[in-house]
Amino acid sequence: MESFDSFVVILGSGIRLGVPLILACFAGLWSERSGVVDIGLEGKMLTGAFAAATAATFTGSAWIGLLAGIAATVMVSLIHGYASIDQRANQIVSGTAINLVADGMTALIGNAIWSQGGRTPQLPDEALFHSITLPFVDQVDAIPILGSIYRNLISGHDILTYFAFALAPLTYWALYSTRFGLRLRAVGENPAAVDTAGISVRGLRYSAVLICGVLVGLSGVYLSIAQAAYFQPHMSAGKGFIALAALVFAKWRPWPALATCLLFGFLDALAIRMQGAVIPGIGAVPVQAIVALPYVLTVVLLAGFIGKAIPPKASGVPYVKER
Amino acid sequence: MSSPLGPLPLWADVALIPLLNVAAAFVISGLVVLAIGENPIEAVQLLVGGALGDLEGIGFTLYYATSFIFTGLAVALCFHAGLFNIGVEGQAYVAGLGAALVGLYLPLPGYTQVIVAIVAAALFGAAFAAIPGYLQAKRDSHIVITTIMFNYIASALMGYLLVNTLRSPTQMNPETLPFPPGGTLPQFHELLKPFGIIWPITPLNLAFFLALLAAVFVWLLIWRTRLGYEIRAVGVNPTAAVYGGISPARITIISTLLSGALAGGLAVNVILGEEHRLVLEFTAGFGFVGIAVALMGRAHPIGIVLAAILFGVLYQGGAELAFDKPKISRDMIVVIQGLVVLFAGALEHMFRRPVATLLARRITQPPI
Repeated sequence: MESFDSFVVILGSGIRLGVPLILACFAGLWSERSGVVDIGLEGKMLTGAFAAATAATFTGSAWIGLLAGIAATVMVSLIHGYASIDQRANQIVSGTAINLVADGMTALIGNAIWSQGGRTPQLPDEALFHSITLPFVDQVDAIPILGSIYRNLISGHDILTYFAFALAPLTYWALYSTRFGLRLRAVGENPAAVDTAGISVRGLRYSAVLICGVLVGLSGVYLSIAQAAYFQPHMSAGKGFIALAALVFAKWRPWPALATCLLFGFLDALAIRMQGAVIPGIGAVPVQAIVALPYVLTVVLLAGFIGKAIPPKASGVPYVKER
Repeated sequence: MSSPLGPLPLWADVALIPLLNVAAAFVISGLVVLAIGENPIEAVQLLVGGALGDLEGIGFTLYYATSFIFTGLAVALCFHAGLFNIGVEGQAYVAGLGAALVGLYLPLPGYTQVIVAIVAAALFGAAFAAIPGYLQAKRDSHIVITTIMFNYIASALMGYLLVNTLRSPTQMNPETLPFPPGGTLPQFHELLKPFGIIWPITPLNLAFFLALLAAVFVWLLIWRTRLGYEIRAVGVNPTAAVYGGISPARITIISTLLSGALAGGLAVNVILGEEHRLVLEFTAGFGFVGIAVALMGRAHPIGIVLAAILFGVLYQGGAELAFDKPKISRDMIVVIQGLVVLFAGALEHMFRRPVATLLARRITQPPI
């Protein structure tokens, strides 16, 4: 029973570590499904985290922090959109630029404002998103197994977490059942056909980039004012790239994306838990092996050894309208 | 894809547009400095003074430039083959392992040891690049994604090795024992001493000349050999290259191998030239500087050497600047780097149309 409880606790912390991945992964999914490759998720996440923490510090409101985080990442996304859609730039180069500028700029400005090496002051309680306790936790607690699952896994998360989980059905519905979603996917596969039908490729791609900005902004918001209570330089620590790996691993599909992000979050929780642990018969587990696992799995998948990850056909290719 | 307007004159294409792009990056950087309440002109003076004001500053500047020449060439070589190698950072990190293994476990007489260590660094860098290269060529796995993943795999691997197996038992920090004297590259102050020249103690070492040689090698390779022609052909149009009897898969693998070997130069400069032992995270993001350097230098060795020296100035001067003006921390350099990638890379055609319009107007005006 006790081992089950500790397993549930690891699962719970896996969910908390998976949330920023889910939000960023779906951001990438929207963008790449429209044909705009986004390796700038990492930088945008940092931007959102910084803007959210800064606004929350000055106003003391988590919701204003959230709005500021989203506004900042939408702006960065529009720069990427302008480069990718209007300037027909190399989207990898543009994403790299965003990662670098965000990494430097957030640390620079943070240091200039607070002189704490880029860290913001500890945020007060009211400037953070708090976990919500769902009804009947105490009543359900009496039931074995189910009680523990309800208390530790289902209840006790903040609003951003519940939103992240809602993203999978929402995205699935939007991409596969709405006119907008069908067109958006078409633009990622065959923009010329969409253009011939008299629909604006540019408009669709810009809306995808905007949605990406909002979602990745939320992942940054989650990092600084829900998971932690401050911003510190480089705090995204590669999560944007893990989200990108998850996107590839999930083959650009919503439900698998959710599952992969949760798996990667769980691996992260396991790596923290396994620090220094010794498994009988195997010996000490190298934490680095668990840390590297998402990347290795993604490469193996990309290599086509377990299924084949085929990106949207037109992703990364700027569209040139025929004249 | 044709450019939106007619071709520009050569001087505008080679000099004016790149200069405008880089100028835009620096103007925005200046505005950032202004926004955090410092004087950009004073900042530039401090930066240039710190980097080029005395021999010590110049030594450090060229030491950084050495690393950037190697990583810039590594990125540029893949650019020519139409590949984006984001994995230079990881390849250089693993190259450090090759250098260290020779330095620690393969005692050889005299300077043969350092020569073998250099070769080992290049081989390890190439081997680590070979896997993404092979997967791109044969299994169609996008090299951008795989090299990003390989950066993290390199970081985990090296972290594990340094903490668990290579660390010297006498040391708390994750680093190896120092290499024997024959296993390191001599620094300038040692080299110049016999000639009676007093050079201040800086990490500038023989790898600087290796970097210049590498630049010449890349120039010869790309523009003067059959292989270079094939690399460029695949880079411009892989489908057409097939009709020329060129195998894009073969070129992809060769380019990534060479790129990884060049990335190894970063390890040679830092590990064999300065640290003289393997340390954690010695690559310090310099692999990513290579992207900015390659874009700014337009993937041409001369441009890369110039861009690398500029970034050397920024890194060395930036350290001095951060010392005098704590508000302008070293993160400013990363911002500048990112802005250079943005304007010289992603938005490289932004000024094209206005410049073309301007030039066309000037040319069509009748002489009075």
